[in-house]
Amino acid sequence: MTPSLRRRVFLAAAVVAGGLLLWGLTGLPDYGVYQGPYGDVLNAVAVGERKATNVVAAVTFDYRGVDTMGEEYILFAAVVGVAIVLRAQRGETEQPPDEDAADRRAPGTSNAVRVLGLALLGPVVLFGIYVVAHGHLSPGGGFQGGVLLATGALLVYLSGEYVTLRRVRPVALIDLAESSGAAGYVAIGLLGLAAGGTFLENVLPLGQPGALLSAGTMPLINLAVGLEVAAGFVLLISEFLEQTLVVRRPGEVT
Amino acid sequence: MIVLEVVVFLLVAAGGTAVVLTRDPLNQAIVASFYGLILGIMFLVFQAPDVALSQITVGAVALPLMIVLALAKVRALAGGRKEDGE
Repeated sequence: MTPSLRRRVFLAAAVVAGGLLLWGLTGLPDYGVYQGPYGDVLNAVAVGERKATNVVAAVTFDYRGVDTMGEEYILFAAVVGVAIVLRAQRGETEQPPDEDAADRRAPGTSNAVRVLGLALLGPVVLFGIYVVAHGHLSPGGGFQGGVLLATGALLVYLSGEYVTLRRVRPVALIDLAESSGAAGYVAIGLLGLAAGGTFLENVLPLGQPGALLSAGTMPLINLAVGLEVAAGFVLLISEFLEQTLVVRRPGEVT
Repeated sequence: MIVLEVVVFLLVAAGGTAVVLTRDPLNQAIVASFYGLILGIMFLVFQAPDVALSQITVGAVALPLMIVLALAKVRALAGGRKEDGE
């Protein structure tokens, strides 16, 4: 295909797509107008019914909890997929990457990065725990807090050596945390069935709105999701780092 | 409030265009990270703090990180192959 023909095909497609887009935009509801009853109904009843001050969390972890379970398992499947694709294959041996310029010494991590990284580590982990634990009270929750917690592992890598990260990252424990986080969600759902209700029914005492221990199963589900997401992201980051920093070569198969 | 919303919309438009116009993949990952941050601010301005947090963690941290790590791997592979050919 010549460049001019390609440009003509693109222009024709752009005109058609642009026209359709404009046509669709004219049919959108007016700016700031909310149509549909569910948002208003939930805003009115969620705090009274579920004692969760974060109505978004009440929707994602209670009213539509099954949806969120699917979301959690999407991430779980993605992490397992990456781990399987990037696994060490039979006959591959690990070796440090070749030095591109052996005579030139690469600058090490600067002291500023080291100090800043280590100083941030504590606050970041604490903030991650806070975001996970307060998911039902304020914006945040297991997904966001989990990624924050995993950033802690990244800070260890940035401010130290990859070897340090390998030492502070017990793979068996992380694997266990990831799978128990994923399984925990289902277990909390089965709690509803055991109590004679439906799957993921909020059967625990609801408490007072605004209290840390309130909203029944929501904090527990957030904890399970936070565990799964944090462990999943740590695994993901280490798989990629392993690929980049430790070269695997097909060795002699003996 | 309307002014703030218009400013954020313009920033998002400028950010998206910047991501498309950046040609080098490594630079693009950094620009995409900034774009993720701007999108997060937009969600915050439109009063969706939950979505804003998710957007910032995924769009500004996780996605660029994966791209940068993948690029490092690709470059290491390409470097090794060039050496073998010589």
